[in-house]
Amino acid sequence: MPRITMREAISQALWEEMERDPAVFILGEEVGVWGGTYAVTKGFYDHFGPQRVKDTPIAENAILGAAIGAAMVGLRPVAELMTINFAFSAMDYVVNQAPKLRYMFGGQFRIPLVIRAVGGGGRQLGATHSQTPDAVFAHFPGLKVVSPGTPEDAKGLLKTAIRSDDPVLFIEHATMYQVRGEVPEGEYLIPIGQSKVQRPGRDVTIVTYAKGLELSLKAADELAKEGIEVEIVDLRTLRPLDMGPVLESFKKTNRAVIVEEGWRSYGVGAEVAARIYEEAFDYADAPILRVAQKEVPLPYNRTLEQAALPQVPDITAAVKEVLK
Amino acid sequence: MDKEKLLQMYYEMVLIRRVEERGAELYQAGKIGGFMHLYIGQEAVSTGLIAAREPRDRVITAYRDHGVAINCGISANEVMAELLGKVTGTSKGKGGSMHMASVEKNMWGGHAIVGGHLPIAAGLALGDQYQGNDNVTICMFGDGATNIGYFHEALNVSMTWNLRVLWVCENNQYGMGTSVERASAVSEIRQKAEGYGMKNSRVDGMDVLAVYEAAKQAIDYVRSESKPYLLEAVTYRFRGHSMGDPERYRSQDEVKKWQDNDPIGIFRAALLKKKNITAAELDEIEARAEADTQKAVEFAEASPEPGMEELFKDVYVED
Amino acid sequence: MAETINMPKLGFDMAEGTLVRWLKKEGETVTKGEVLAEIETDKATVEVEASVSGVVRRLLVDEGAVVPVNTPIAIVGSADEAIDEQLSVAGGQSSVVSDQSSVSSEQSSVSSEQLSVSGAAASASAPDRQPAPAMEAAAPPAAGPVKASPLAKKMARERGLDLSQVRGSGPGGRIVRRDIEAALRTVDRGLQTVVSPSTVHRPPSAAEETVALTKLRQAIARRMAEAKSTVPHFYVTHEYKMDALMALRAQVNAYLPEEEKVSVNDFIIRAVALTLRQFPNLNASFAGDKVLRHGAVNIGVAVAVEGGLLTVVCKEADQKSLRQIAAEVKRMAAGARQGKVKPEDIEGSTFSISNLGMFDVENFAAIINPPEAAILAVGSARQVPVVEQGEIKVGWRMKATLSVDHRVSDGAEAAQFLQALAVYLEEPLRLLV
Repeated sequence: MPRITMREAISQALWEEMERDPAVFILGEEVGVWGGTYAVTKGFYDHFGPQRVKDTPIAENAILGAAIGAAMVGLRPVAELMTINFAFSAMDYVVNQAPKLRYMFGGQFRIPLVIRAVGGGGRQLGATHSQTPDAVFAHFPGLKVVSPGTPEDAKGLLKTAIRSDDPVLFIEHATMYQVRGEVPEGEYLIPIGQSKVQRPGRDVTIVTYAKGLELSLKAADELAKEGIEVEIVDLRTLRPLDMGPVLESFKKTNRAVIVEEGWRSYGVGAEVAARIYEEAFDYADAPILRVAQKEVPLPYNRTLEQAALPQVPDITAAVKEVLK
Repeated sequence: MDKEKLLQMYYEMVLIRRVEERGAELYQAGKIGGFMHLYIGQEAVSTGLIAAREPRDRVITAYRDHGVAINCGISANEVMAELLGKVTGTSKGKGGSMHMASVEKNMWGGHAIVGGHLPIAAGLALGDQYQGNDNVTICMFGDGATNIGYFHEALNVSMTWNLRVLWVCENNQYGMGTSVERASAVSEIRQKAEGYGMKNSRVDGMDVLAVYEAAKQAIDYVRSESKPYLLEAVTYRFRGHSMGDPERYRSQDEVKKWQDNDPIGIFRAALLKKKNITAAELDEIEARAEADTQKAVEFAEASPEPGMEELFKDVYVED
Repeated sequence: MAETINMPKLGFDMAEGTLVRWLKKEGETVTKGEVLAEIETDKATVEVEASVSGVVRRLLVDEGAVVPVNTPIAIVGSADEAIDEQLSVAGGQSSVVSDQSSVSSEQSSVSSEQLSVSGAAASASAPDRQPAPAMEAAAPPAAGPVKASPLAKKMARERGLDLSQVRGSGPGGRIVRRDIEAALRTVDRGLQTVVSPSTVHRPPSAAEETVALTKLRQAIARRMAEAKSTVPHFYVTHEYKMDALMALRAQVNAYLPEEEKVSVNDFIIRAVALTLRQFPNLNASFAGDKVLRHGAVNIGVAVAVEGGLLTVVCKEADQKSLRQIAAEVKRMAAGARQGKVKPEDIEGSTFSISNLGMFDVENFAAIINPPEAAILAVGSARQVPVVEQGEIKVGWRMKATLSVDHRVSDGAEAAQFLQALAVYLEEPLRLLV
């Protein structure tokens, strides 16, 4: 299997879907002539032309509103938010329009929309451009929220998202575009709403996704040297949340650490821990711990920023703590 | 315009009026919940506008949508049933007064977030452009919506992208209880299009025939030029912003003055001036609208509530 | 000042007791330590002693009443003092815990002293042997909830472990999975010093709990209800001399690696299989208008699994050696416990054995596993005083009870079967040849 970067995987998914279905088109800030600020759509403009790779003004309401309208009349827009932080400028569309129009009008509309948004901290972009607010969006029924942690998943999930008749927020982590991984040759899809065991182990279950997966895999390698075998369950989709593999793993290990890059309060970890307690209380052999971002706006200074973000030693320490 | 079409427009205006009057009664009787915004006084705008469209032209509006729904061909039965939250309503009772739509009738919804549907309207037009259609999207909104960011982003992209949108501002003088003068930098809303280099005009929104003519011209322009257009219809709502509006912001004299200028009265007088239309015919239409309203109430009252299976239905297509 | 006497808590899992008999009437004097009433719990009948001297002013519950733990049952005071206060407390306190329960604190001190004794026995007998401590010395009420992880609690519940007697190694002394596993290993070795199996599984809290039936549970419920209500059971018990078998087993096992060691039950399986060859009528099924005598002797062995039991089947056990039987049953039982049982491992039994010997059970009767004609319930092999040639000696004995479908067989045949089985169990070398 070829080893490609996350960027290439996402780019391939977009390219293949656009070749497959003429109703698929991209719109967003600098997606066309520029080639995408993260170079994901490099070469698209020349190949697919200005209508299918549509540059927009810096106007998130126009981007997402227009994408929703176009989706309502049968197109399959992939709207790119240069960063997920800009979703707040158009929050109405992400959480109040796209997820509700179908339900509110008695099932008359379909919103086959993908919002690609780049998230995550660690690049010294300051507090307003570094957030991992995934849990905020996962709160809303009617929206699907996907955030892959490997190139293979990124490609398969994005292709599924584009074919989905429901709105999907597809969150890519800005520091993971260079991550390499094996990707199957040829056409494949990965269903939305399925968690996956990315590393088997017997001692502790780590539940995580996206950047947290990268960190957790490193932590697992270190822990293995000490004879601690962690099992890593990658959520991949935050809504609808698939607890099956999480519960199965927890029933085996009886101990869990949840790793996320967002803030701890009201976060993904809070949700997952609550579900474990609700559905597998009798299997808990230790309190579930969460590793998450410190509760501060992310600072610019590199040292401070790294201190605020979850790191590998935080994960290894948490795993050892739940093993006590 | 032929006689049949004129009489149909008259029927629709009277029907909207009667349906909303009964709606107000049912609201006060506690049979309708939530917000309900009445269109009474503004019927000429929607009626004239939608009479001027081709069936393939799309309509999208704000939350004051009962009249628009009826003009688009949604039955009084479905409108009344939606008001009563019944499963036979336009949105199976899950949308309510502010959320009526029919894809079949090319009515893309009443939308309740002020200004929120304007970028969506641009998207409908973008979809048509992408698919190579020359359909026009008619997007209606109030004067209040022209002060919010959505309006400006939507007007800007519609012009930049050459989208076929007819923007129609129903200037009824107040955004809730705040007059245009107190809320908008310019009182003539059409002027806002100038900043985007967009053609625009203003029309008497109490005169259905004037609205029809202005809309016809504007739609032709949008279709043939592939450019957006802003039409401002000056009108007035006779009732409060919504049910339970204390109406401290305007005087009874002012309301009275506009009510004397009732669009239905104006239209009736205009029709009677035509040689081939008699008062008896118009009386018969009014009686029919009255009877159809009564039937709609009976239909809605007799209709079932949505079942519990509807609670989880349509959150996602792929459920 | 008058004292209120409460229903004592006589054991961690006691929720209520029946007031069997009052030994004092209202108005009678009672001295501290004197027996006031008899109470019956689900384990024993015990006497409640007065914790103060005085006049019995009021008996608050009638004989025969079932009373929750810590509910006031009597007021003792001086002859003429007002007891309104106590009465009002008693009246408003149906299940409120009182911290004056001297008896329950006595109980807690006893059980902690007697960790080396089987807990079940200690709970029942302790109040009889221990004098009630003085009121002033009342210790805090029985320790609060045991600190254990939810998993540990579940495991203890399922295996009948008394958590109060398990040491926790987790943070703050929390009992966690490894502690339970260690305790269970101790039980399996037959040493009951740390933990005590309890036969009554009742959660420490008195709150009711609704537990949905698993598929397995549903199947057991259906089949057992059907068996017990349609098959006319009768039971015959026999006691076996196990000295030779226990000695032989020790010898055999000395030559076998750990994972191949042979259990008492493996001997029994082979012995039963061989005996059944002589009793084809008990290796049979009742089939409406006829009895079906099976050609093969397939022995079903009941295995406790999470939430129920499964019967794994040792096919043609009469043809197999002891080691073959041991290996096969071990493999199938492990599979059953892990939920990975193969269909062929649980099908086709013609006679079943249920052995609760590892739980220190003297004797019990099992329900027939239809359509089989009989089932053998085996208790523990235990060292007991025996009389041999007029002398009392220590000997290994084991009781087994045969449940038989009376439509197929009768008491005499069952008794002969058990006697024939004794030949194999008491001369176990026969099982090796």
